[in-house]
Amino acid sequence: MNNTATNGMKLGVFTLIALLLLITTNALTREHVSRIQQALLLKSLSVLLPAGPYDASPLTSKRLITATALGPTNGIPLYTVYRNKRPLGAVLSITAPDGYNGDINLLLGVDYQGSIIGVRVTAHTETPGLGDDLELKRSNWITLFNGQSLNTTTSNDWQVKKQGGQFDGFTGATVTPNAVITAVYRALQWYEENRSVVFP
Amino acid sequence: MRNLDTAQPPTYGLWKQGLWAENPALVKLLGLCPLLAVSNNAANGLGLGLATLLTLVIANTTVSACRTLLSNAIRIPAYMLIIASTVTLIDMLMKGWLPELHASLGIFLPLIVTNCLIIGRSEAFASRHGVLDSLHDALAMGIGFLWVVLVLGGVRELVGQGTLFDEAPLLLGDMAANWPVQLFDSDHGLLIALLPPGAFFTLGLLLACKNWIDIQLNRSSLNSYPPLIESEPPVK
Repeated sequence: MNNTATNGMKLGVFTLIALLLLITTNALTREHVSRIQQALLLKSLSVLLPAGPYDASPLTSKRLITATALGPTNGIPLYTVYRNKRPLGAVLSITAPDGYNGDINLLLGVDYQGSIIGVRVTAHTETPGLGDDLELKRSNWITLFNGQSLNTTTSNDWQVKKQGGQFDGFTGATVTPNAVITAVYRALQWYEENRSVVFP
Repeated sequence: MRNLDTAQPPTYGLWKQGLWAENPALVKLLGLCPLLAVSNNAANGLGLGLATLLTLVIANTTVSACRTLLSNAIRIPAYMLIIASTVTLIDMLMKGWLPELHASLGIFLPLIVTNCLIIGRSEAFASRHGVLDSLHDALAMGIGFLWVVLVLGGVRELVGQGTLFDEAPLLLGDMAANWPVQLFDSDHGLLIALLPPGAFFTLGLLLACKNWIDIQLNRSSLNSYPPLIESEPPVK
């Protein structure tokens, strides 16, 4: 009995020390970590938004919305920028659910009129060497979207060339580019119909 | 080297065991989950290897320092506590200072907690030896794991896309700016090396190489076949 109590005490003291250590480290690093993450986010958003200056940093404009056209989850982050209180553009987070190997997560930057400023893949599990030409560091395929809008295209254009669309596919992969193209098209349509939601 | 220790095993033996004879990845096959999953390029391999090494060093020395306090009944939960805290610490620091590498290692960084290598060394070595020996053991075993995961990542990246350390500048920042080497065009790479099966094939080949070298060494020195592997009692 006494032994059990001692052991319990020892383990308790150990836990307490570990807890203190972790709490201290967390407190000391939290600010730096969040600054780094905000800086990374800002860097990735800045290439997807019209050139500044803005009324406020895009980071402060973050809102969480729910839209099945963009992705299945609740609370999809949305970033908007204004200049002199007039809306300039937005960054939508999109999930393409029909990739070759699961979800492809994208960021779509559009200006107020609905022209695409840029698309970037943030996370995917497509086949290395075949599907990862989505990544800007491997191929500039993703820049094909730049400047596209619903006004300059028909719904037929939004597939790979092989199937009559206007987008190049990449070697050996049709499913991956088509998933991205479809998701971007769907998001553009949603944006067109929900401007008042995006820019309240 | 030998004069560092008196009654306990000389550190030369510890290093030889960690780096080769009892190599955690090649002989004991511990920690294969992260080893196989994150070794798709050399930079990831290096990152995971260093994180594992650091965890092992901190955990082993802490366990060894506390070994007289820990009675049998509470030793395993105490090891887990020490290891989990260490990994969480490293996770927090990496998130702040190596964010790209942190994102790339993903779930395999926190999963170092479950790497049997670490609790294995705590139980099999650190709980029975002094702090200095445990530090040597952790360094030897950690570097043993590091070189295997690095070679595995390097071979897979080289065969798969003809490069070495291609992702290093992205993951490690400016200090690695000159690391990437392109040996041949990535279109001629053997794709399977980058895919999960490639991890198993490459590890299999590495194991075969290691055993072949051992056999050659034994042949030349003893002209007979002593057991290739002198294992310690199995670790659960």
